[in-house]
Amino acid sequence: MTSQLTGIGVSDGIAIAKAYRLEAPDLTVEKRSIDNPADEIARFESAKSKAAEELEAIRLKAAENFGEDKAAIFAAHLLVLNDPELTSSVTGSIEQGVNAEFALQQAADTFTAMFESMDNEYMRERAADVRDVTKRLLAKLLGVHVSDPSAIDEEVIIIADDLTPSATAQLNKEFVKGFVTNIGGRTSHSAILGRMLEIPAVVGTKTAMDTIEQGVRVIVDGTDGTVLIDPADTEVGTYEGKKEKFQQDKELLNRYVSEATTSSDGQHVEVGANIASIDDLPLADKNGAEGVGLFRTEFLYMGQSDWPSEEEQLEAYKAVLTAMDDRPTVVRTLDIGGDKELNYFSTPEEMNPFLGERAIRLCFAQPDMFRTQLRALLRASVHGNLKIMFPMIATLEEFRQAKQMLLEEEEKLKADGFAISDTYEVGMMLEIPAAAVIADLFAKEVDFFSIGTNDLIQYTMAADRMNESVSYLYQPNHPAVLRLIHNVISAAHKEGKWAGMCGEVAGDPLVIPILLGMGLDEFSMSPSSILKARAQIAGLSKAEWEGYIPEILQMGTSEEIIKFVQEHSK
Amino acid sequence: MEKKTYTITSSEGLHARPCSLLVSAVTPFQSDVTIGYNGKKANMKSIMGVMGMGIESGAQVEIEADGADAAEAIAKVDEIMKQENIGE
Repeated sequence: MTSQLTGIGVSDGIAIAKAYRLEAPDLTVEKRSIDNPADEIARFESAKSKAAEELEAIRLKAAENFGEDKAAIFAAHLLVLNDPELTSSVTGSIEQGVNAEFALQQAADTFTAMFESMDNEYMRERAADVRDVTKRLLAKLLGVHVSDPSAIDEEVIIIADDLTPSATAQLNKEFVKGFVTNIGGRTSHSAILGRMLEIPAVVGTKTAMDTIEQGVRVIVDGTDGTVLIDPADTEVGTYEGKKEKFQQDKELLNRYVSEATTSSDGQHVEVGANIASIDDLPLADKNGAEGVGLFRTEFLYMGQSDWPSEEEQLEAYKAVLTAMDDRPTVVRTLDIGGDKELNYFSTPEEMNPFLGERAIRLCFAQPDMFRTQLRALLRASVHGNLKIMFPMIATLEEFRQAKQMLLEEEEKLKADGFAISDTYEVGMMLEIPAAAVIADLFAKEVDFFSIGTNDLIQYTMAADRMNESVSYLYQPNHPAVLRLIHNVISAAHKEGKWAGMCGEVAGDPLVIPILLGMGLDEFSMSPSSILKARAQIAGLSKAEWEGYIPEILQMGTSEEIIKFVQEHSK
Repeated sequence: MEKKTYTITSSEGLHARPCSLLVSAVTPFQSDVTIGYNGKKANMKSIMGVMGMGIESGAQVEIEADGADAAEAIAKVDEIMKQENIGE
């Protein structure tokens, strides 16, 4: 009989196939005393050579599926397995009269602890590799079966608690049609892999491993997070239909990849991508991004042991700008504080972190760090079409101060003989209601605005959108929000500047017609939303929606506005 | 006994890849090979021993080989260091 699970859909699409469970084996170890150390050492050596054979096979598989680069990790795993220090530590304990399993676990704990205590983040993460190898060896000693996903030779949906890098490296793309995991969120390893392979994935189901048996037929709908277990033939039929529709829509959208975004009355607007690193560019390109409307620089700062150097940042910005060539690239300066933290810098506990010392406020408090980023950006400016954006600007003084620091660094760099583009732009992220109200005053001083809707809505409505009991107040179509957005776009145009948007709302089909009518110049969103937005805009007349704006701005509720949009965008 | 000193030039220091190359290179030799850094010594045939020293870019390290094929072992280390731009 069919049963159903719901999780978080993190990679779109529908898959129908048999379940393949990735089991986490029971590796409980007991301490036993042994009489014949020589036999025990022989047993250990034999387990080691079995594990080595297995690793070598995985290494070859990974090289075939993912390339030599990804396979190198397993060559390192083999060296850990055969490490003479590990072996002598284990054989030493066996000679003292304990069993191989216990000796191995003790040695593994010692080495893992050594890596975990190191200062360097990279080295700390190597503890996971040591654990991966010693677990494999332990399983061999205990005679416990470990799932071998590299042996899969028919279409399957992987069911797992979570996906580890070593498990995913063994998956054969040809046969794996989807993922369902117990834990994880949008950014977990399995979610990223699902989107990269373009197969549906549902994470965070909590109970998939308890309810889905090996080999049973499963339907995964990665669009809404539904998982159907042992579905009836009629349900399979329904989903076959949905799957086909999804493929057709995808092909239909693909027509728009290499086209500029144009409304039905021939007006061009830019639809760009939000990215966090150069790694996101292939997906942005695949979806036909006309620019980068938001390059978040936080990831350069996270997972590090110290502030990234000027050279390090220069490389990262240069890589993105070079790849984007003459397409506009908006780089946001560091937006940290609030809920994002760094290993090497502690922000004080604040009562209201989102109203506290974050983004530009923190940058002013750490001027050396901020100037380093500005210098790296200026030096990168000659490699592409750079637009520098300051986040969380509330007052004119803040914008002036940030720009002043930028100009000072530019002078210094020029004096030192560095080439700097004379066409780069300086703008601000518009996410504080105070700035939206006086956008006309800002417009005289900035080159552009980019509206950050996530924060603009939460600050305007005074509602934390992560707090479920007030999340109903997160209303992109609320009259107050739309009036602020309208004010910002009009103010920019009055001064001959451009206005963009880089929040979730830029890709929201219920808001896009209004934004187009208001004259928004640039829409920036996650790469996977670009083609849908471009297709929608192609069916909308800009002039017609411009005509609706006065009427929309007089409406009193989100509901009324949404109804209007639905009725008029058919 | 043979000795040679290097300055690590690999930008990431002795991370997994350069360590793997060096450990794989010396493992076949009979001689004991060690790497010294910061007053400590590690068995250079042990990837965890070498990585555990946390050797960063710019560090001075001393490679020592002791045994019948010590000279050959040092020559091999030298080849890998230069060929893979690990140290000089």
